[in-house]
Amino acid sequence: MRYVNHEAVVKKMNKRLIVNGIFKTIFFAATLFALLVLAVLFYRIISQGVGYLTPEFFQNFGSRVPEKAGIKAALIGSIWLMCVVAPVSIILGVGTAIYLEEYATKNKLNDFIRMNISNLAGVPSVVFGLLGLTIFVRALALGNSVLAAGFTMSLLILPVIIVGAQEAIRAVPQDVREASYGMGATKWQTILNVVLPSAIPGILTGAILALSRAVGETAPLVVIGIPVIVHFLPENLLSQFTALPMQIYDWAKRPQEAFQYVASAGILVLMIFLLIMNSIAIFIRNKFSKRY
Amino acid sequence: MGQKQSAEKFSVQELIQKSSGKKQKKLIEKMIPIILLLIASVSVLTTFGIVGTLIVETVIFFKQVKVTDFLFGTEWFPFANTEQLFGILPLIAGTLKVTGIAVIVAVPFGIASAIFLSEYASDKTRRIIKPILEVLAGVPTIVYGFFALTFVTPLLQQFIPDLKIFNALSPGIVVGVMILPMIASLSEDAMSSVPNSIREGALAMGSTKLEVALKVVLPAALSGITASVVLAVSRAIGETMIVSLAGGSTPKFDWNVTESIQTMTAYIVQVSSGDAGYGTTIYYSIYAVGFTLFLFTLLMNYLAHVISKKYREEY
Repeated sequence: MRYVNHEAVVKKMNKRLIVNGIFKTIFFAATLFALLVLAVLFYRIISQGVGYLTPEFFQNFGSRVPEKAGIKAALIGSIWLMCVVAPVSIILGVGTAIYLEEYATKNKLNDFIRMNISNLAGVPSVVFGLLGLTIFVRALALGNSVLAAGFTMSLLILPVIIVGAQEAIRAVPQDVREASYGMGATKWQTILNVVLPSAIPGILTGAILALSRAVGETAPLVVIGIPVIVHFLPENLLSQFTALPMQIYDWAKRPQEAFQYVASAGILVLMIFLLIMNSIAIFIRNKFSKRY
Repeated sequence: MGQKQSAEKFSVQELIQKSSGKKQKKLIEKMIPIILLLIASVSVLTTFGIVGTLIVETVIFFKQVKVTDFLFGTEWFPFANTEQLFGILPLIAGTLKVTGIAVIVAVPFGIASAIFLSEYASDKTRRIIKPILEVLAGVPTIVYGFFALTFVTPLLQQFIPDLKIFNALSPGIVVGVMILPMIASLSEDAMSSVPNSIREGALAMGSTKLEVALKVVLPAALSGITASVVLAVSRAIGETMIVSLAGGSTPKFDWNVTESIQTMTAYIVQVSSGDAGYGTTIYYSIYAVGFTLFLFTLLMNYLAHVISKKYREEY
């Protein structure tokens, strides 16, 4: 007497395996969808923009005539902006991370700081723009300058840098710290000479990725009133300026079709800028990161 | 040999005596934590700054516009010459339309990608696909906005002839693509943290990989997946440039996705890129709208926090 119907089991099993195979294909196709969108996006932008990437494009200022429009002011402006954002956000971010990881004991104040940082990371960038407009542009009377935009962007990416630096500091093993204390070093000496040197590759990688977010961020710049057509280069930190994403936004909004191609060329410049920053981050991660 | 040792001992003792005598060093050790605490308080000040600014300016706005008109008004005409109307519901409707479409696009694709990456893909495939998803997450939103306006909208118009140049559908889809990597990678993290022993138990009972994924891993990782979706929704609500470029600037209180709309974020951008004079009602209205936006995203982030904390399965 047979309790198991062999044929029925084989049939059922086959069916389940086929369903498994079908779903595997569906899941794979869904993953490919994202890659496909990325490919189309890059293809469109490169094919539209590459024709406008002439030497004149880098030498000209913004213009009403598509053929004469250039990206000089925006590119230099973005570099100026980064010169403010990088030191401000890295000093504030790494300082906060050292405090939280090395000094902060578990009490209400420090819990509040931690909770506050994770909340800050979820605030939309346009709201940071409102903060910048009220505090830096109006209350501190910095105007729509490099400095005001730089401070606003620094605060925007601060949570990302803090979290990245915290992870890098946490990855330094406790033994190394104890070895340093064992040699008679004080806490600050240990942090400065032992913890930070081995955490720096991780900190920098995180910081560069955060900075590349700041390069492409548009909304806060619009809100604090960064102008789009600028026919001069910034002279100091209180000069007016424009930045790459602002210039692209302006071109993309224009109704003439030719400006679409100019915008694509601008996007290409922005993407190359980001690519260089990300390559530096990957280079630092691969070259200097230590494994314990 | 013995002489040399004693000489070294002596020099160490001397060093210790020397350095313990330094008052400066002690001062540094005491000052550093205070300086670092001051630096750490910048992030707290930022939060107070944001909340403070929004509240102060919103209060001024509510001196000029009634709170009830703002919360329940179904018409938003700030630029009207005769009678300005500040009812926020049309802007919220615009935001919800875009967010809803984004979720419809991103959730199935995001979770399917997460299942593929965590349950089916080999290590090699995962190493190729994950960085590409990171690139997708790193594309600036202005680029997505340009893509929505110049590629997705014309493409959709071929299938939907009624579709206007500015609409909710195209930016919605593109916002969905933007939040997809976030859902995929956070959900994949949640699924990967389900222990392998549970998977192997189910496989040993004769389950197929699909059954393991859907009946074992998915339920176990549900809290993480839900939290990732809620966080992505919060990101979609706050997204600005895609909707500013491709969504239009005509707030309407309806559920039509083929016509021009306006979201809360796009309104803030519209006012600040024009020349609304400082001190006008329109100027203060961007803070009231920004405050509403802030409350929406705060609620979402809090919800994600509660979900991932409270419903996490412990192994």
